[in-house]
Amino acid sequence: MSQFAINIMFVGGSFLLYIAIAIWAKAGSTSDFYVAGGGVHPITNGAAIGADWMSAASFISMAGLIAAGGYANSTFLMGWTGGYVLLAMLLAPYLRKFGKFTVPEFIGDRFYSKNARLVAVICLIVASVTYVIGQMAGAGVAFSRFLEVDSTVGLMIAAVVVFIYAVMGGMKGITYTQVAQYCVLIIAYTIPAVFISLQLTGNPLPPLGLFSTHVDSGMPILDKLNQVITDLGFNEYTADIDNKLNMVLFTLSLMIGTAGLPHVIIRFFTVPKVADARWSAGWALVFIALLYLTAPAVASMARLNLMTTIYPDGTAAEPIQYDERPNWIKEWEVTGLIQFTDKNEDGRIQLYNDSEAFAPTAEARGWNGNELVVNRDILVLANPEIANLPGWVIGLIAAGGLAAALSTAAGLLLAISSAVSHDLIKGSINPAITEKGELLAARISMAVAIVVATYLGANPPGFAAQVVALAFGIAAASLFPALMMGIFSKRVNNKGAIAGMLTGLAFTLVYIFVYKGWLFIPGTNNLADTPENWVLGISPLSIGAVGAIVNFAVAFIVSNATEEPPVEIQELVESVRYPRGAGQAQDH
Amino acid sequence: MSGHSYDAEAYWKANLRLIFGSLIVWALVSYGFAILLRPMLAGIPIGGTDLGFWFAQQGSILTFIALIFHYAWRMNKIDEKFGVHEE
Repeated sequence: MSQFAINIMFVGGSFLLYIAIAIWAKAGSTSDFYVAGGGVHPITNGAAIGADWMSAASFISMAGLIAAGGYANSTFLMGWTGGYVLLAMLLAPYLRKFGKFTVPEFIGDRFYSKNARLVAVICLIVASVTYVIGQMAGAGVAFSRFLEVDSTVGLMIAAVVVFIYAVMGGMKGITYTQVAQYCVLIIAYTIPAVFISLQLTGNPLPPLGLFSTHVDSGMPILDKLNQVITDLGFNEYTADIDNKLNMVLFTLSLMIGTAGLPHVIIRFFTVPKVADARWSAGWALVFIALLYLTAPAVASMARLNLMTTIYPDGTAAEPIQYDERPNWIKEWEVTGLIQFTDKNEDGRIQLYNDSEAFAPTAEARGWNGNELVVNRDILVLANPEIANLPGWVIGLIAAGGLAAALSTAAGLLLAISSAVSHDLIKGSINPAITEKGELLAARISMAVAIVVATYLGANPPGFAAQVVALAFGIAAASLFPALMMGIFSKRVNNKGAIAGMLTGLAFTLVYIFVYKGWLFIPGTNNLADTPENWVLGISPLSIGAVGAIVNFAVAFIVSNATEEPPVEIQELVESVRYPRGAGQAQDH
Repeated sequence: MSGHSYDAEAYWKANLRLIFGSLIVWALVSYGFAILLRPMLAGIPIGGTDLGFWFAQQGSILTFIALIFHYAWRMNKIDEKFGVHEE
């Protein structure tokens, strides 16, 4: 059977499963559509949050970034897990007690202001749509590679599948399809990692393999990797870095962004009790950690495998002939994500770091520049091929990557649709709307969001990482502080919250646009996006953390300069702090 | 909660204390051991690198899981002690 047929079988089979579950769980009433009837078990909910959370960025892209950056890119690992500690302790239990459907609804009620609710809707839609654009683009690329179709066709297929189960099934469909997707993506991610860890270290558990001995050389595997890449002029994989401020702020931005992203928060409305909201956050992190503990092992082992593929006789010997390159390089060359130029015309693939420090060595060896450019985002997808694993493993990883991208897209679409139908239309434009009308509006806004995201996914406003960073920055700088202050402070009032959200949002957007281009349009940036230009060395990716601090500060100053919130609001804050009585809230 | 305002206040303070303690550990393992204090841990070797690297790539994640489950377990006890738990 050809690889193409195997891929079709795995991807097609997994999709049939998701669609079957969506039809089986077809939503009935509005409260079913939004929060799956309020009766999802913490472990089930944890798995669904896991699938929701782990997107194309975690599955396809993250290990590749760690492989390229080594220690410095540990920020992704800590940032995208540490946010759950904040969620479990600072937000989830109280929002569950509050017992409403959406994030803007809480902000609107707590800050007794329709305008606060509208500002929250804007923040939510901007953050979610930018995130979905990245997911759709990622899904399109993965489809086009594995189904061997044009990337636009891949994107269309992705849009149709998301449309069917998100619009028809609502959240109940999504909750159970996402449990299925979690299973598919975690199996797909760990199986190749186990094989590779066994090959390289003899240890079947990749997280332990990462700190074990490399079988071929007898050295610890990280030592071996450091040696191989420094021989070729790259920085040491495990080396410490100088710009710690930026590393701290980037990690903080990802953590706060995690806790402020509406599609994750909305999940905590679906558990029966407040205590279950706490457990759900714990279980979610367990399910997420299975992938996140595997990812650094995948990163270092894939980098070592790539290097030994190119330099089979060691770094002191000559690299392989281009004509004898393995099949996977040929296949990825077709997509343009691996490029080879024979700069010194010796027919061999010289892969090394074109740095000034390494130039004398390169010249002495007759090398005329690095000849192989490997896109970081292909590393996880190409990983089984690099390690010569069987065809079914490659089919599996295709299905897993698509599950990751599509499940997150669906969760975000749900958050968008409920913000539009529930907060925008029912909450302000037409409060008299019927339940049926609200459900219809939710489905229409979901469809519109899919069309917009698909259109922009075909022509993304920059690299996926930039788009995702914007989504995190916005969530961190706008929604998280408002939610947290709404629970932990009785003093913060409507004016403070609105001023805080708007300044946090504007500050973050402006800083990003100055370096990345206004609305991400290329060439419209005011300063080149290089470390020398960053204020205090803070990258645009890290600015969300500063935006959040600005948001907190402005909200406190404005609130203290204006009147106290009314007594009934202070009583509301009091009531969300105590779990008792949350039971009634789910029966709308 | 009317009529139990003293207890309500004590309950909230117990929660805040627990959160504060948890967040100190949260910050210590990630921003501390894994980033700012890594040079201090550089002398402790682990599998070809040092303890700071381990915290950055594994240790912090494992600590986060332990923190959340510990918080959930302790808070459920505190809920019961103050009688604010759900039946």
